Amino acid sequence: MTGLDRSGLLRTMLRIRRFEEKCAELYSAGKIRGFLHLYIGEEAVATGAMRALQPDDAVLATYREHGHALARGIPATALMAEMYGKYEGCSHGRGGSMHIFDAQARFYGGNAIVGGGLPLAAGFALADRMMRRPRVTACFFGEGAVAEGEFHEALNLASLWQLPVLFLCENNLYAMGTALARSEADTDLCEKARSYKVPAQAVDGMDVEAVMAATVRAAAEVRAGGGPQFLEFRTYRFRAHSMFDPELYRDRQEVETWKKRCPIAAYTRQLQAAGGSDDAQLAAMEAEVAAEIAAAVAYAEAGSWEPVEFLARDVYTPRPG
Amino acid sequence: MNDAAATVRTTYREALRAALRDALTRDERVFLMGEDVGRYGGTYAVSKGLLAEFGDERVRDTPLSESGFVGAGIGAALNGMLPVVEVMTCNFSLLALDQIVNNAATLRHMSGGQFSIPLVIRMATGAGRQLAAQHSHSFEGWYAHIPGIRIVTPATLEDARGMLWTALMDPDPVIMFENALLYNLEGELAADAGPVDINRAVVRRAGQDLTLVTYGGSLGKTLAAAEVLAAQGVQAEVIDLRTLRPLDMPTVLGSLAKTHRMVIVDEGWKSGSLAAEIMARVMEEAFFDLDAPVARVCGVEVPIPYPKHLEEAAIPQVAGIVATALRTVGHHA
Repeated sequence: MTGLDRSGLLRTMLRIRRFEEKCAELYSAGKIRGFLHLYIGEEAVATGAMRALQPDDAVLATYREHGHALARGIPATALMAEMYGKYEGCSHGRGGSMHIFDAQARFYGGNAIVGGGLPLAAGFALADRMMRRPRVTACFFGEGAVAEGEFHEALNLASLWQLPVLFLCENNLYAMGTALARSEADTDLCEKARSYKVPAQAVDGMDVEAVMAATVRAAAEVRAGGGPQFLEFRTYRFRAHSMFDPELYRDRQEVETWKKRCPIAAYTRQLQAAGGSDDAQLAAMEAEVAAEIAAAVAYAEAGSWEPVEFLARDVYTPRPG
Repeated sequence: MNDAAATVRTTYREALRAALRDALTRDERVFLMGEDVGRYGGTYAVSKGLLAEFGDERVRDTPLSESGFVGAGIGAALNGMLPVVEVMTCNFSLLALDQIVNNAATLRHMSGGQFSIPLVIRMATGAGRQLAAQHSHSFEGWYAHIPGIRIVTPATLEDARGMLWTALMDPDPVIMFENALLYNLEGELAADAGPVDINRAVVRRAGQDLTLVTYGGSLGKTLAAAEVLAAQGVQAEVIDLRTLRPLDMPTVLGSLAKTHRMVIVDEGWKSGSLAAEIMARVMEEAFFDLDAPVARVCGVEVPIPYPKHLEEAAIPQVAGIVATALRTVGHHA
């Protein structure tokens, strides 16, 4: 890939990693509450995949979506304010960590029902197809969603109607604490997609350039009218499922083995070996990212609580009269 | 109203079809999607002929994937369309409950008001055709529990013809419950009938002795009961709620302020019903207007049985409404 912005890819992954490390810290400090699902270890997927999308494409994600939001261009300030539940947050604080929305970024959640976003994605793509708009709807979901009926209904519908959906499955091997092999009779996820005549490809989700290349190719086919595509990104969650998870279901050794494949460390080494960046550049990047996150925290801290008098707002669309 | 205005003989089914045709003609963003809406012509023949008129892009047969196609309707609405999604019966809509409750009713709020979902979901409801317990239930009161959606229940030809377009123009999701016994309802409808208001309940019959509150498939029975009562010297006012969420309580309470007695007729099960909600609001807002306890004629707490005599006994009927009304007017404070 000539002209590839390698430093930009590394920067996005680093922004996600440092943002979430700060979130974990703020969670312990009681600044962020509710559920907090960290994406640490999986940064290459959102970072690489998002590069294949255009501004007027639609993005749907899950409750583990901070990385997708940042990679899609939602400002860290509005995102952090949402984590706090402040009115200045991208969902005015009503959603929190699991429900990030941004109309301008065409980022439609932030869905905390496993599989719940897949039928929506088919509908987004149906609208684009009916209106003859050359857009792609990118739908991220975990491998746990494959067990849901909505996965099968949405894949069938998208294939039957040749809808422009990019199904992006983040296979981190565990649905909360249930290993894929303990929940699926057939663990070959691509086969499931192919059974609906959706072209499918498994990709190393720890390699940001591999993710990007596969998504660029698949998105181009979808955009050209070739119907839906399915990509399985093989990745791993380094942290617990949420902040409440004691991780009884996987052993330390497995986690440590995967951590050796950290997408950020690996890509950093790759760039250094290729002479694309030196220690000074990396230090500068770290400093810039740290400053961005510090500004986001300051923004969230300075944000306001929505007045309780506004409680019943945003249930229905305000209408004249 | 122009007295000279021409009327046409039509049915509830044809009025719904006219409304669909009108909506599909008015706006290219409108499309109809659901099981057997196209080639089959609609389970209740509501959409018969529309496939030939509008093509299979806009009259779209779906697989038996309620969650999938209801969710697709929500997604399409978020992305600029005005979908009309038909779910064959409200019993099957339970397969799409996740999409309706967790997405359609919730996305606007969770996003801090960034999105509207101008979606209409139509579904048949109610008992009376000996279809037993998986095809005969009435879930409209249950759906009315949920903030973020609007529930409408057309009970007349005018509303069958007029509610759809108004519902589509509503920026938020609207679920339209069509009682399946009404599809054959026949009568005169103004030739120029068009969109109607969906904010207000309507007094279908004026009276001063008691208020009968109902909606949907029970309206006809309640009006018939009012005629029986009139023959016995009791003048009942009949209110058709039309919209179950939000409830038009001013119209209900306005009638109660005049009659001081109320019976609610609701095909849904009594426990936790829409009738229970109306009673509670009367207690909260108009307790001192009452000359007698509010009474209810509701569905009996049993899954709808197959045999005709048991099915009839399980839901409100004219005789039961009359008897309850007479007890209520005889119960002087």
